[in-house]
Amino acid sequence: MSIILDHINYIYSKGTSEEIKALDDICLEIKNGDFIGLIGHTGSGKSTLVQHLDGLLRATSGHIYYDGEDIYDDGYDMRALRGKVGLVFQYPEHQLFEEDVFKDVCFGPKNMGMSDKDAELAAYSALRSVKLPDDLFFVSPFELSGGQKRRAAIAGVLAMKPEVLVLDEPTAGLDPEGRDEILGLVRELHDKEGITVVLVSHSMEDVADYAGHIIVMDKGRVLMDGTPKEIFSHIEELEEIGLAAPRVTYIMHELHRRGFNVDTSVTTVKEAVDSVIGALWNA
Amino acid sequence: MLREMTLGQYYQVESRLHRLDPRVKLMGTLVFIISLFVSQKAVCYAVATVFLICMIKLSKVPFGYMVRGMRAIVMIMMITVVFNLFLSPGEALVTFWAFTITKEGLRNAVFTAIRLTYLILGSSLMTLTTTPNDLTDGMEKGLGFLKIFKLPVHEIAMMMSIALRFIPILLEETDKIMKAQQARGADFESGGLIRRARAMVPLLVPLFVSAFRRANDLALAMEARCYHGGEGRTKMKPLKYKAWDVRAYVILFCYLALVVLTAIVSPV
Ligand SMILES: Nc1ncnc2c1ncn2[C@@H]1O[C@H](COP(=O)(O)OP(=O)(O)OP(=O)(O)O)[C@@H](O)[C@H]1O
Ligand SMILES: [Mg+2]
Repeated sequence: MSIILDHINYIYSKGTSEEIKALDDICLEIKNGDFIGLIGHTGSGKSTLVQHLDGLLRATSGHIYYDGEDIYDDGYDMRALRGKVGLVFQYPEHQLFEEDVFKDVCFGPKNMGMSDKDAELAAYSALRSVKLPDDLFFVSPFELSGGQKRRAAIAGVLAMKPEVLVLDEPTAGLDPEGRDEILGLVRELHDKEGITVVLVSHSMEDVADYAGHIIVMDKGRVLMDGTPKEIFSHIEELEEIGLAAPRVTYIMHELHRRGFNVDTSVTTVKEAVDSVIGALWNA
Repeated sequence: MLREMTLGQYYQVESRLHRLDPRVKLMGTLVFIISLFVSQKAVCYAVATVFLICMIKLSKVPFGYMVRGMRAIVMIMMITVVFNLFLSPGEALVTFWAFTITKEGLRNAVFTAIRLTYLILGSSLMTLTTTPNDLTDGMEKGLGFLKIFKLPVHEIAMMMSIALRFIPILLEETDKIMKAQQARGADFESGGLIRRARAMVPLLVPLFVSAFRRANDLALAMEARCYHGGEGRTKMKPLKYKAWDVRAYVILFCYLALVVLTAIVSPV
């Protein structure tokens, strides 16, 4: 599995007075097994970009290659692509529609042409892996709580057995606990089942904690592309475009300024703890 | 794709027409529609055509954009044209199998097509140049005299403005849900009628749920801000006629007079 974006441009409402250039010459590569964090200020084009990955939006110009095949070629099987690239939209719970949760989760795999039995099996294991309690499988999706709905919706995508899971702000509107659960779940899918993950987020903590690779977008362009350490060492540039580094990075900078010999490139709380202990030990 | 529907949507651009008082534009649309039905003489249509072209030029809305909005009604147009063409009695022109095209039928079909097109172009010119808010303001004020017949003009205008306001929101929502379901492999485009109708379920259920949720939120938000109907309500920007509005009324009157005159005087 690999996805290559080659000079992708996208313009909304093309040919009217309200043209908006949402993507500007995007070149990217997503490799097998990556855990990518996609960050950017609101309106920077993150959602637009991820909708290109499974062909829901067609680039105004440029090409996208999935496993070396151009997805814009005539006769390319878009539906199969949408099975391989599982896209979880912002507020995915708004897509639930069936009488019960289980049927709703079956919707995707059935569309992928699985037999009823296979679809039900896939739905069952997807619901298990999002850790939705068993007694909720057969209630109406509209009776679930917000966090449970979100999990059911994510299961609806997972049940298609995607190779790449793309999540557009999966934690928006959840409490810290719900946030940790969803992200923990995504990490588990990545680590245990080897699914490639693209995580769109507003929260620097989220991506610093979970992603191995970060892409920063600004005004439809890719501004930076690198490991969390590389990205968050450019605090000033991030602040210029309305973003920030994780809070622990600021704390480490402040400690350093006050004369502690700590590592300022730290991005997660765990690393920070180690570095602070190390500094105190040596002092 | 749904956002491509331009019929009845506002087009943001700076123009003389955009700046006119909404009441003038409402009246103008009315006058234009009346002028189309004054007579069936070709000269009258020529006058209407010139008027319409001038107005479209004045509005600065790209013509291609307007025409694209017309695609939605091509079907209706075809049906009326075909009915007119074959079902008008009169002097036969062509006959084949069970169908006869008459001279009157041809004439009717052509004029109906022109009338329908102008009707839609004319009224969409109004919605393209007037924001929904202005439009309902204009209606509320322009139809205010109906209050003496105990008609709840304000409430009707408010309902209209909410409905209009919700069209783009619901379109956007439809677009989003459609994409979310397509991401799960839903197919809205292929298959027969029944298959397609069934394929709408995953779209319509979430759409209704969200429409009700929004309606509920809006009702709460309005009540929280003490909305209590039109009684004693003042406007932030009361409508006032300016010099150009008066001139526009004069132009409208001249136009209508011209159409009526040509209808009386011209032989064809
Ligand atoms: N359906 C649409 N029609 C027209 N313009 C749009 C549409 N969707 C997004 N845009 C515009 O494209 C730009 C990028 O939007 P996008 O939704 O991709 O941003 P985002 O990075 O996902 O923002 P957020 O963090 O708020 O979700 C914005 O300027 C937005 O106004
Ligand atoms: Mg977004």
